[in-house]
Formats: sequence, structure tokens, C-alpha cells
Amino acid sequence: MTDQRVHFYQVGSFAVGNRLLSPDDRTVQSQRDRTNSIDSGHRACQGCGEALGARYALDAAMRATNGRVVAVNATGCLEVFSTPYPETSWRIPWLHSLFGNAPAVATGVAAALRVKGKGDVRVVAQAGDGGTVDIGFGALSGMFERNDDVLFICYDNEGYMNTGVQRSAATPPAARTATTDAVGPEPGNIFGTGKDLPRIAMAHDIPYVATATVADLHDLERKVERAMAMHGARYLHVLVPCPLGWGSASNDTIHIARLAKESGLFPVFEAEHGKVTSVSTIRRRVPVEQYLSLQRRYGHLFGSNARPDIVARIQAIADENIARYALIDDATESQEMSA
Amino acid sequence: MDTPFAITLGVGTSRANHTGSWRVERPVYVDRLPPCNNACPAGENIQGWLYEAESGNYEAAWRKLVEENPLPAIMGRVCFHPCETVCNRVQVDEAVGINAVERFLGDLAIEKGWRLPDPGPDTAKRILVVGAGPAGLSAAYHLRRLGHRVRLVDSAEQLGGMMRYGIPAYRLPRAILDAEIDRIIEMGVDVVLNHVVHDIELERSAGGFDAVFLAVGAQLGKRVNIPAGDSSKVIDAVSFLHQVAHDDPPLLGRRVVVYGGGDTAFDAARTARRLGATDAVIVYRRNRERMGASGEEFEQALGEGVTVRWLSTVSRFDPERIVLEKMRLNEEGFPEATGEFEELDADSLVLALGQDTDLSLLDHAKDVTVHDGSVEVQHSMMAGASGIFAGGDAVPAERTATVAVGHGKRAAHGIDDFVMGRSPQEKQRHELATFERLNTWYYADAPRTKRPELEKVRRQTNFEEVIGGLTEENALFEARRCLSCGNCFECDNCFGVCPDNAVIKLGGEDRYEFDYDFCKGCGICVKECPCGAIEMVPERI
Repeated sequence: MTDQRVHFYQVGSFAVGNRLLSPDDRTVQSQRDRTNSIDSGHRACQGCGEALGARYALDAAMRATNGRVVAVNATGCLEVFSTPYPETSWRIPWLHSLFGNAPAVATGVAAALRVKGKGDVRVVAQAGDGGTVDIGFGALSGMFERNDDVLFICYDNEGYMNTGVQRSAATPPAARTATTDAVGPEPGNIFGTGKDLPRIAMAHDIPYVATATVADLHDLERKVERAMAMHGARYLHVLVPCPLGWGSASNDTIHIARLAKESGLFPVFEAEHGKVTSVSTIRRRVPVEQYLSLQRRYGHLFGSNARPDIVARIQAIADENIARYALIDDATESQEMSA
Repeated sequence: MDTPFAITLGVGTSRANHTGSWRVERPVYVDRLPPCNNACPAGENIQGWLYEAESGNYEAAWRKLVEENPLPAIMGRVCFHPCETVCNRVQVDEAVGINAVERFLGDLAIEKGWRLPDPGPDTAKRILVVGAGPAGLSAAYHLRRLGHRVRLVDSAEQLGGMMRYGIPAYRLPRAILDAEIDRIIEMGVDVVLNHVVHDIELERSAGGFDAVFLAVGAQLGKRVNIPAGDSSKVIDAVSFLHQVAHDDPPLLGRRVVVYGGGDTAFDAARTARRLGATDAVIVYRRNRERMGASGEEFEQALGEGVTVRWLSTVSRFDPERIVLEKMRLNEEGFPEATGEFEELDADSLVLALGQDTDLSLLDHAKDVTVHDGSVEVQHSMMAGASGIFAGGDAVPAERTATVAVGHGKRAAHGIDDFVMGRSPQEKQRHELATFERLNTWYYADAPRTKRPELEKVRRQTNFEEVIGGLTEENALFEARRCLSCGNCFECDNCFGVCPDNAVIKLGGEDRYEFDYDFCKGCGICVKECPCGAIEMVPERI
């Protein structure tokens, strides 16, 4: 937020755009001529975070490459709701792969483009968390290991949503899904398992790894632009709240993504060659209750049979993230913990 | 249709799928009433002119401002800015310095010589305005804009009323006052000075006026009977300030006691300090919380060495000595006597106990009710049904210049309806833009810009203006602190956050439109609108 002093105009750099900023300082999403990579009429639920995240990321990639992008899409919500035969919502070259092989297909597309002398056309692969952390994991690790020239974007909604909200290895502890019932002494998903894919990606020492949310568009676009300025295997992990699977209000999608970041549960950072190079610090810190209580998948932690002990364990995860990534800037630490 | 093997349908865009049919609620853009606009006694569109000022488009801002109030440089100095008290930004950090920006615009207009809008097409209706204070001047301005012919009469030698003869020059420099008054007179107002109206009906019929606006103010200082020796100097604050404004200040001595707790008392005490009084003591029968004067004026007075005796009344004025009786507040908060006395050295006593109106000119007017020293008026400011309108300090209301300006405007529109034979219509007001409707996440933190104050020593001895103006850079920054409550300022949030691309950005200053073919009614745009300018309404199913 260092550009705020120069461009102070009511909303600084927090809003999508504004009429007084020079076009260079506005987001891609504020431009009338943005690509709209995924078009209207798609069948995503009301308030879908993934539809939003995909447009944010791909429009930014289109801008960064002057429109020279091919997208490969694993099976998942994003593919199902955007391309029911015979319609398509995609306004960019787009390939549908199997659930598990999007990274390998993307590798192949990049190789084919190179062989055909079209190395300037860049490849973006995208998948949900299931296609990334579970089913496509082996292929993705291989893509990282070979350092293929692909930006792989995971839209993380923390479960298999279009098949009926089943647990994935990205489902957080205590969350109820169709396969992790909210019953028994440890209701919902268990603690201590699951995969933290950004850190696994960093362990591959690839050129660029970053996380983002749909709540901070400037940050997300900047990271896509940075990724497209590099070659080799790059990984972007975007938190996209799912009103259906999380049991949240459709208008709360961005609000919840913001709370995930502001509570420390979802650390937003970027790393190059295995080392964290920057973090987005918390601006208005909130306790995890504020984030959890808006979602019915955590409903069993509140109300008549409340489980403050479990909430405390989740808070401990947030606190650990804050410590690990130094998410609180000492100079500007806010006192909103009590709010 | 020629399709490949096993393909039965040609491919097409998903735009064929009108997802708008899923919707049970639809978002609509609204304009809500910002609290500042709601609180402004002069009815200014504050958010509107700040919006222009934010762009650095100062002339457009000023033009929007003078739509409602022709005296911005004066208001930017003397208004007690109720707009800032209710500003939603108070709950984020501090109120927007609306008053300071208003003054900046007013001063800039004088510097650049911007002119008020041309008068409207002549209606040949003749209106008499009695009293050339803020109410009368405001009425004259709005009446001229509506095309009516205006005669403005005043008993004093110069225009301005209490703005000239009541408000000291260190709060309102006379060059500023003259500049803004001249601009109104230039619109073609027929001015008659040194003219006392004794009988309003006589004056009206003699001049053949279609309607009359009475803005005679409250010029008589209230007196109380205080036992005082012959040599004791007792004067009321109105006369005192009037004489100072006339450059003929009375000799009050070194020790001046001012009796009263309103703004006039503080004006008198601060003026006495400037005239050389070493002690300027305000005696007030209640306490700080119940004082009528504004907090700003109080702080400035203390800074200039004025002192206050709380919970005291003046019971006697002996030569060079005033006897005070101590008071205490009873359970209802009313002061009652304690029977304890104390003494205070004093050369003179200034009475600032409120003002009365002189309404003897209405003695022969039909249908006009005068109650408790004030003229009773309807919403249109009409007194009775006779085409006599009244406003300012002469009617029951808070007695400030800004309220008077608002009265002048409302009366001008009431007179317009009356002389043109229309029935008055009340304007529909937008719903209030409350703080709960804002999403303050998006507003950057920005502390308020303080106006510079003259150093204390300098302002004890002269009548130079105490509060300085903002520089252009500061005024722009301050204007940009406006949250634009309830009114779109084109931040592109709705356009950016829609998962269905169902917001169309029209560009320019035309804001946005919803594409209801595709809007699924998720409501994210409403939730993420910083200023609360979108609302969800149920679909008719």
C-alpha cells in the first residue's frame, strides 16, 4: 500500500479503480476493454468465488501477454459450469483436460507451441483444489520438477463442490462436508492432515509461488503480472469462497475471503526459488470466529452445543501462520482483536 | 445443419443462457441523502460540491455550492458546521473539514472573480425584502434567479445585518463580506439603505409589491435589571459589537465582565480583549456542558486569555466591583441560588443575555401571528395567507447565519409559488445514507487537515482574521477524504466484483448499469459498494 500516499483519493488503492487515477494505476478489472475471459451466462452459483477468481487471473494474464494465452482447464466446477455442451463461456483459447492431468497437458501445449515457433504464446493451467492437491498432484509435481514454462493456478474452494461437497486434502480442520459429518467428539474434518500446496510448491524450488484471494484484486493482478514476466514453472494459489459448499451468503464471498486473510488463517505471500519474498500484512486483524461464524460448515462450533475448544485450536493455526509469515507489521498493528 | 459425426448441436456462447432468470432480488443503483446534506441548514448539496472539488474542478464545485448558498466565503468562516458533527467519517477517523473546503472555494471565487449565475427571465413580479442580513440577501439572490424584481431595504448604512454589525472582523473580514454581498447586488437588486419600515402593509401597498419577505433580525439586546451605581458602565453586547463595527468603540476600561454564555458573549469578550482589556471575564449561570457557545469559539477565547466564571449570576454592580452570587444546578439541571456571594473587580459590564426582535412594523398586518417575539410561519416561510413571508432571527428557529440563509432560500421558493399562483410542493427526500450502509474497508486512512490559527499574542491585540485558510493542496486532500455517502463516486467496485460480468461500465461520469439478463442477484456488488449506493429490491414474481 505504498502507493496510497501519492494517489490518495477516498479509497486509495483498495477499490477496483476510480475515476481520478491514471489508467496505468487502475486494475485490469476496472477497464471497460478487459477481456472478460469467462463470459456471462455461465452456470456458476450465485456469488461464485471461483468464477470471479478465474476472470481476475486470466484477464490479468491476457493483459500481461497482450492476449497471447492458452488456458488448460482440469475437470472441476470451473469446467463444468463454463462449458455445458454446446455452450462455452470462454473467450480465450481453452482446452479441457482430464481431472488429473491438467499439468501434463499444459506441459504438452507449451512444448508444442515451442516446437511450432510460437514460444511467445504463454500457457496457463487452472484447476480446483481437488484437481491440484489430490488428483493432479503427481502430474503437477512433475511439471514443477521439470520447470516447464506454465503458470499453474489453483482456485481453492476447499473441497469437491460440484460433485456434492466432498472433502479434499485442502479442506480445513473442523469443516463439515458430505464426507466429514459434524458428529461425534471431533465433528467435521480432522485436524493434522491435508496438504499445504504453496509450501509444497516452494519445496520444488520453482521460480515463483504466490497466494492470493479474491478480496484483494490489486494484489492478485500484480502477482499474475509478475508470474507472466517469468519463465519456468510458476504456481498461484487463489482462495475462492464457495457459497454452496461453505454455507455462506452469496453476497459474503469477498467479505469472507477478506476475513480469511485478516484473521491469519489464509496467509497471503509470494516466494521466489523457495524463499518468501513478500507478505501481505494484516490491516484490520480479526479473531477467527468472525470468519468461521459466517459459514454453516462451521455451524456446529457455535450455538447451543458450541465448541470453543475447537475454535481455539483453529485460532492457534491462525496465530501460527501470523508468526511463520510475520503477517503483522509491528508498526501498524491494529487493536481490532477485541472487535 | 452440417455438424461432425456424433455432434448434433453447433457450438455457441453461454450468453444464450440468460441467468438473470435465477434472480429473486435485483440490485438497483440509488442515491441516498448524505448526513451532511441532511444537516445543512442552508440545504447545500455538500457531497455534490465536494465531488467536484475532489477532481480539482473548483469552479464547478463553487457553482454547485452557490446553487443553494450564495455566501460560501462567509459561511466558511462563521458557520457552526452541523454537517461536520454528523459526518460519517467521524466513525472512521475524523470528520471531513467541510467548512474549511467551503471557505477555500469561497475565497478562490473572490480571487478569480467568478460571478453568480444570471438572473432568470423577468416575471415582472415585485418583491420587497426588509432586512439585508443573511436571510434577506439569500432571499434576494434566489428571487433574482427566479426572475423576480427585488427591492432590498435596510435601516443601517451598509448591507450585511448581523454579519457586519454583530460578527467581529477577526472572524469575518469586511473585504470578504463586501465581496460576496456585491456579487448578489450585481444581479440587479434595487437597494435602499438607511430606510426604516414602520408599517409593512403601508410600505407594501405604496410600492405595489406582490409579496414581502421580512428578515429584520433580532437587533435588540435583552436587558435585565441589575442594581448599578450611576458611574457604572453597563452596555448590551449587541450595541457594543455594533459600535465596534462602526469604528466607534465605547470605553470599557481594563476589566470587562461579560454576562451570558452564548456565542455573542464570547464575541464580546474576545473583542474586549482586542480593545485592550487586561481582564475579560465571562459570567455564566450554568456550567460548561450547558453553555450555548460553540466548542470552537470557546477554545479560541480561552486561548486568547478570556476567563469564565461558571455557575454565577451578577447580582449587583458597585463602583469598580461586581457582586456575583454562586449558583448550583438542581436535579433538572436548572441553576438555583445558593446565597453565597463573591466579588469581582470590574470597570464595565456587557450584557449578552440574548436578543429580541422589533416587530412593530407588523402591528397593522392582517393574518400575521406574532408569538413570544417571533413571527409564526408555515413551511414555506409564509406568515398567514397574506403574501407576507418571514425568516432569519425573526422566526422561531436557531439563530445562526446559516439557518437564516436557508430561510431566505425557502422563502424565495415560497414567494415564487405564491406570486406565480402555484400550490407549494414539498420535495421528496432520499433515504438517509447511514454509517451502517457503508463498507469502510475501502476507504484509506487519512487524518484531517487542520486550518492554521493565528498566534495567540497577535490575535489578542488586533482584528486580523484568527483562522487561516487551507492551501490548495490541503483543500484537495480534505475534499478527497469525503466518503461520498450514499452517492456513487465511480470506484469501479461493482463493475469489478460481479462474478457474472453483469455490470456495464458506461464511462465518463455516467456511472454503471446492471445487465439484468445475466445478473443472478448474488448481492456482492451491494455488499462491496463503499458508499452504499446500491440496494437489493425483491423481484416481482
